[in-house]
Amino acid sequence: MIAIIDYGMGNLYSLSQALQRLDHEYVITDDVETIQKADKMILPGVGAFGDAMRELNQRGLTKIIFEEAIAGKPLLGICLGMQLLFTGSDEHGYYSGLNLLAGHVKEIKVDLPVPHMGWNWLSFRHPHPLFRSLEEGHVYFVHSYHVQASNTEDVIATTDYSQDFTAIVARKNIIGMQFHPEKSGPLGMQLLHQFAEGRI
Amino acid sequence: MITKRIIPCLDVKDGRVVKGVSFVGLRDAGDPVELASLYDQTGADELVFLDISASHEGRETMIDVVRQAASKLTIPFTVGGGIRSVEDMTRTLRAGADKVSLNTAAVLSPELISEGARRFGNQCIVVAIDAKYDQELDDWIVYTHGGREHTKWSVLDWARHVVELGAGEILLTSMDQDGQKNGFDLDLVRAVSEAVTVPVIASGGAGNAQDFVEVFTRTKASAALAASIFHYEEVSIMEVKALLRDRGEEVRWIPSR
Repeated sequence: MIAIIDYGMGNLYSLSQALQRLDHEYVITDDVETIQKADKMILPGVGAFGDAMRELNQRGLTKIIFEEAIAGKPLLGICLGMQLLFTGSDEHGYYSGLNLLAGHVKEIKVDLPVPHMGWNWLSFRHPHPLFRSLEEGHVYFVHSYHVQASNTEDVIATTDYSQDFTAIVARKNIIGMQFHPEKSGPLGMQLLHQFAEGRI
Repeated sequence: MITKRIIPCLDVKDGRVVKGVSFVGLRDAGDPVELASLYDQTGADELVFLDISASHEGRETMIDVVRQAASKLTIPFTVGGGIRSVEDMTRTLRAGADKVSLNTAAVLSPELISEGARRFGNQCIVVAIDAKYDQELDDWIVYTHGGREHTKWSVLDWARHVVELGAGEILLTSMDQDGQKNGFDLDLVRAVSEAVTVPVIASGGAGNAQDFVEVFTRTKASAALAASIFHYEEVSIMEVKALLRDRGEEVRWIPSR
């Protein structure tokens, strides 16, 4: 059972339907006990970093996500959910994150339209079980802030938007995807499936 | 690098696709979800559903369409038409839309843009601008109510203003070119895409694959939208992408079925 963590931020329906199509059992929940019982967690998210941390704190979810992840339960952060895994963010002031991974979230500053919105090429940087039998391809991004990981070896895939941006991070059981796998055609569905199958 | 997006637009009234669709092989060409799934599988990068229902019941039906589309599609989609309040945005996004598009409502109550952006993030808020050239003023003017009423806004001023308010994307339709099938309004698209920092979707006038090449090589448009040429199978999405790729533009390639 995969717990999709519901803290009032973002489009959980599309994600849940993607898991349904892949035939993985899921539950959309903000209940601590349900999260403890689940064998995997997905932290989705759309919106502002500070709002998201406030919502997680108010629902008493920050501690449980942190503890379960540290104990080894697979955790996938998607989009803002990936950014929340890090130390902190500069979005509209400074906010601390879950601090499961070391690094900071910064505004995208390029001479191209922002948000970085649309299909961009996913380049695999390090071999990883998530990529097993997959080929690089386009996935759907939409974000105005990006992750600068302190440990470059945590960045296993990048995308080029006039400079390289972090696209997938991985450290042990903790995974983050900046793009939306549930909106990224066959490649996105395959990556979601690999996580759900425990290929991390 | 990021790819240029090709976006089919589906006009939906009371839960049915309007503007006759003549797809071979579709069980029910009037079913928006079936048509959307076909576009998903044949290379569309994104979809726009425009609800043109006039009745309350029609708009309720649209929420069902959105929910079904969200359960089937593997690409993002925007819903526009009839979204007039934060409650409408909330319902549409909760039903599974990735973005909502505001047009008349944005002109009448610009605070909807900032309120929507604050609650859901800029990336969820598309502002659709219907633009028409005014010879006397020598400028493009913003129109509302499906093109029936003109406003005092110059398109360039309005575009800059909505971005300041928090719009994450602009869907720019040339009323002069719409339905003419002789190409996008390159001057208009160029002017707007150079005036704002957010992605611009060009709309109105696509008649063949070459028109997409023109709009992407001669303006800073991030995406291009079309309806009838795709619905009537005058050109396929992958034919458009093949020509773009030949001309050196980046596109998302999917193997043909």
